Amino acid sequence: METFATSLTIFVLALFVGFEVITKVPPILHTPLMSGSNAISGITLVGALISAGTQATVLTSVLGFIAVAFATVNVVGGFLVTHRMLRMFKKKE
Amino acid sequence: MSPVPVQIVYLICAVLFILGLKRLSRPRTAVAGNQMGAAAMLLAVVVTLLDRRIISYEIIIAGLITGAAAGILLAVKIKMTAMPQLVGLFNGLGGGASALVAGAALLELVSLQGGSRSPGPTFIVATSFSGIVGAVTFWGSAVAFGKLQGLVTGKAVQFSGQNAVKLILLMISLALGVWLFFSPMSGSLYWAMLLFSSLLGVFLVIAIGGADMPVVIALLNSYSGLAAAATGFVLSNNLLIISGSLVGAAGLILTNIMCKAMNRSLRNVLFGGVGRALSVKAEEEEMYAGKVKSATAEEIAMMLDGAGRVVVVPGYGMAVAQAQHAVRDLMNLLEARGSVVEFAIHPVAGRMPGHMNVLLAEADIPYEKLREMDEINTTMEQVDVAIVLGANDVVNPLARSRSGTPLAGMPIIDVDKARTVIVLKRSLGAGFSGVPNPLFAADNTLMYYGDGKKAILDLIAALKEI
Repeated sequence: METFATSLTIFVLALFVGFEVITKVPPILHTPLMSGSNAISGITLVGALISAGTQATVLTSVLGFIAVAFATVNVVGGFLVTHRMLRMFKKKE
Repeated sequence: MSPVPVQIVYLICAVLFILGLKRLSRPRTAVAGNQMGAAAMLLAVVVTLLDRRIISYEIIIAGLITGAAAGILLAVKIKMTAMPQLVGLFNGLGGGASALVAGAALLELVSLQGGSRSPGPTFIVATSFSGIVGAVTFWGSAVAFGKLQGLVTGKAVQFSGQNAVKLILLMISLALGVWLFFSPMSGSLYWAMLLFSSLLGVFLVIAIGGADMPVVIALLNSYSGLAAAATGFVLSNNLLIISGSLVGAAGLILTNIMCKAMNRSLRNVLFGGVGRALSVKAEEEEMYAGKVKSATAEEIAMMLDGAGRVVVVPGYGMAVAQAQHAVRDLMNLLEARGSVVEFAIHPVAGRMPGHMNVLLAEADIPYEKLREMDEINTTMEQVDVAIVLGANDVVNPLARSRSGTPLAGMPIIDVDKARTVIVLKRSLGAGFSGVPNPLFAADNTLMYYGDGKKAILDLIAALKEI
């Protein structure tokens, strides 16, 4: 239960940090912010790597493979497309 | 729980994510912010690969290569008009991955302990939560993708009692989660729960119309973060918890901005069922009868020649007609003739938050020419010609009245206050809200019928002849 309390504390505090850090985003950045934060949600890749690598059972390996692939699309595609969009804004300056 | 040095590195990654998001929300630092996020992700992956629990790398490498190849291909090839689908797809994959990781963690525990020791309550609650949110995100995003891509009808699919169906599906999913709590060794319960949550995800999004997709995409973005955070609880991984809740917060902020821009509550968007076609034919005929004036390209060119200030109000219709580049040429031509051209952007223009800005940027329309709704409305009286291009509901004056229509109270761009309004449209048809638009029949409005791109090209040709 102690871990749970610690985890919950971290979770709630991080939510507040998120709200504080991202307030007043100008409309031009709405789309990049969304795709960029979306890429960050691919952090679940870290968990997927462990699942895929421990080889506990065949099924967990299969699930791990799918999870790694899904999360990697999310991460790589997300950061890359965000970069592409931001460059598009930038070239006009 | 990971060893302390790994946890320290994870903490550094979390800090980098926070700083990255902060920079990503300021125009000057956005590129650096995104790169910072990417660097933190790379660091997190590398340090995780050193984990002693990993005994084989074949599957990992195969997964990484498959995912990276698909991700790069999608990110490089995607057209900006299709950006909402792509972000929807990425959301779904992230949410799906979280649900699978939680499932694998459960199976692993069952197989390793052989039922000798029950996992802790936190573990099971978090696993259930991750599974439900992850599955809803995956299937909800899949349906949103289908709608935006035109594979599934863009209309709100509604039937009586559908909210009851959603509630029942949610209840069953939760009940299976509770059951899992009491008999954690039966892993099949988890998959049954995923099945019902998946159905819930489908039903949730299929009932929402195409025009409300900005809200849905933003909300699913938030869900994908929450699913990752829940998986963090499952694995006792603080980095997942922190990053997940950051994304959850970002998604909620954008959801809120979108709801405000439509003057609707989130509940109304999700369960209210706006997007239904209203039968307003009679009202429409009365409103338009004998009052609608139309003009040809030549007449409009004449009007634009010598106009001091021109404002273009683009809607998603412009993007559908692929007219952005033609509009840019028109802008350049008008500016060369001494007019000032600006673009008025409604917050929900397009199919995801900020979509219109991206579409115009892609067409090389400078950012300095884009005006936010509140900014342009203060000076609308001084606008000589306002050109409404593929937008409808966001310029409907009926929204100012407080009751009666689905648009009531939605903030709009006050084009009707401009000296002359030109509405470029195929027909007098209503927008997504189904509400007829009195702007079309206003004294200072001229309808210019045609396909967006061709009509603009005709206009350019006519202007050049003057």
